[in-house]
Amino acid sequence: MEYFLTEQQKTLKSLARRIAEEKILPVRADLDEKEEFPWETIKNLAESDLFRIFIPEQYDGMGTSSLDLCLVVEELSRVCSGVAVSYAATALGAYAILLYGSEEQKQKYLPAIAAGKRLAAFGLTEPTAGSDVSNIKTTAEKTPEGYVLNGTKQFITNGGEAEIYTIIALTDKSKGARGASAFIVEKDTPGFTFGKKEKKMGIRTSSTRELVFRNCVIPAENLLSKEGIGFIMAMRVLDHSRPGISAQALGIAQGALEAAVDYARQREQFGQPLISLPVVQYKLAEMATQVEAARALVYSVARTIDSGVKNFTEESAMAKVFASDVAMRVTTDAVQVCGGAGYMRDYPLEKMMRDAKITQIYEGSNEVLHTAIAMELRKRKGRRE
Amino acid sequence: MNIIVCLKQVPGTTEVKIDPTSNTLVRQGIKSVVNPLDSYALEEGVRLKEHYGGKVIAITMGPPQATEILRDAISTGADDTILLSDIAFAGSDTLATSTTLAKAIEKINKYDLVICGRQTLDGDTGQVGPELAEMLGLPFIAYVSKIETIADGKIKVQRMVEDGYETIEAALPAVITVVKEINVPRLPSLRGLTRAKSAQIPTWTAQEIGTEKGTVGQAGSATWVVKVFYPQRVQTAEMLKGDPEAQVETLIEKLKEAKII
Repeated sequence: MEYFLTEQQKTLKSLARRIAEEKILPVRADLDEKEEFPWETIKNLAESDLFRIFIPEQYDGMGTSSLDLCLVVEELSRVCSGVAVSYAATALGAYAILLYGSEEQKQKYLPAIAAGKRLAAFGLTEPTAGSDVSNIKTTAEKTPEGYVLNGTKQFITNGGEAEIYTIIALTDKSKGARGASAFIVEKDTPGFTFGKKEKKMGIRTSSTRELVFRNCVIPAENLLSKEGIGFIMAMRVLDHSRPGISAQALGIAQGALEAAVDYARQREQFGQPLISLPVVQYKLAEMATQVEAARALVYSVARTIDSGVKNFTEESAMAKVFASDVAMRVTTDAVQVCGGAGYMRDYPLEKMMRDAKITQIYEGSNEVLHTAIAMELRKRKGRRE
Repeated sequence: MNIIVCLKQVPGTTEVKIDPTSNTLVRQGIKSVVNPLDSYALEEGVRLKEHYGGKVIAITMGPPQATEILRDAISTGADDTILLSDIAFAGSDTLATSTTLAKAIEKINKYDLVICGRQTLDGDTGQVGPELAEMLGLPFIAYVSKIETIADGKIKVQRMVEDGYETIEAALPAVITVVKEINVPRLPSLRGLTRAKSAQIPTWTAQEIGTEKGTVGQAGSATWVVKVFYPQRVQTAEMLKGDPEAQVETLIEKLKEAKII
């Protein structure tokens, strides 16, 4: 398929692929097995300027193209989506500052993120607030010393490893979601600690932890934008970051397709390679078609965002639900094609299948995103221009 | 601190062909890559620059297509590059190569350290580094596995020897060759790749570096290849029979017969 990438985008894509194949592939199984955070790989990504591609040039970045980010995340995920999400979560944390930060906040935080010296994270989910994000309990009370944070965030990607956190907390409990605000909290702030490190089904090299705030005092200037718009801000930041997760799902599906085709070409049964059997051919052809359809949608949505349109909640949600469902289906079928070998840890497919599942759950569960799509559909009466 | 790194392009394949008339490698139509050991030299140069400041100048002698490895060098951190290219350089052995590189390095003039890979993948001689030092009249350290410090006009390094390593100090400027244990070369950066694409790579000819006639290329080579052949494979392995004790006895007898013990 011709996706009309620019020369620069082709360079970026092949650089990401090189890092994935030369630096990540040799350690992939080990990182998954030991559940170790991929610091060495993060360093490689930083050295190759890949943290610069979602930061504007004036803050030492190289632009903010959503498609560029998708290309990188796809290539990394094709080999290891656990590494890819650690990278993408930094983009998520940075987006809040990028979209809503003051000039001083951008100057202070973005160059270090662009250089890959400091990772970022985004803290929204809580024990009582998953899909129902309006039910958050963490509070930020304004005092003469600054804001005092209290509460617990749950399942936070890059928790404990990131140094810059964007945290959503209630500044006015009586207003519910409209009383939420967003803050930048730095690691090592007194009163800010990390709870248990989650043991996960997939993306096991990535870090997922609780963030615990106990009378954590942060300077008043760490408020992002103004009080009361934390909820809207979170939704908008997630609209921006969601194509990255779509690209993660796409990369996993692509990696699984390649592994399945490789195996089907080599494995002989009934006196012929698996790929000569109609039942396998049908399955592989369907997988390939789905992957390509997902790619076309993800790239188109990224381009829609890059075109500067204001509202892309629906498109962003569509790309995520479609690509993540494709990832789950394709990895499951890929394991099936490879049979017993696919189920064994000596092959990468069982990991890809475990990794795929989370893409249907996080960054907005597919169920909640279907509701969001339906709401937009209702508004536009199902019509398209 | 200005660091010169010498690079060589070698065939990026294991299926090399030999030209039957000149007995040298057929390089035409073969994709060339930077000699793997030279990439450790470049990486070390870039790390030194990042630590001590200054710049890295990558030089190579070769046909115009050798600019490709210089562009690769820019993408991984080289600041300046120079291609030494002239029909007069064709057919150089290590001596003529060193003469050419030495002349170019003299022309660069301002430098503190010259780094080469320990040896090349194709020629495998490991001679250019030491020859270069001799011609430039500089201290030389081979097989460097770690640079400890650079201070007060001196460099202190660890170098690999057969049963361990030595710590050696030399006055700068100096020439060193490095082994692969010294670092892990980085992959290109996006900014480096962008810069490499549009970089102007200057070419210096024999005249520009002022080499004397008969000192470079085939004319300046002290060696020439008489014959190239694949070694014959001979199977002389003998499997000993019997239980381990009997095998040991037979083995000892045979070793005595061969006057090895």
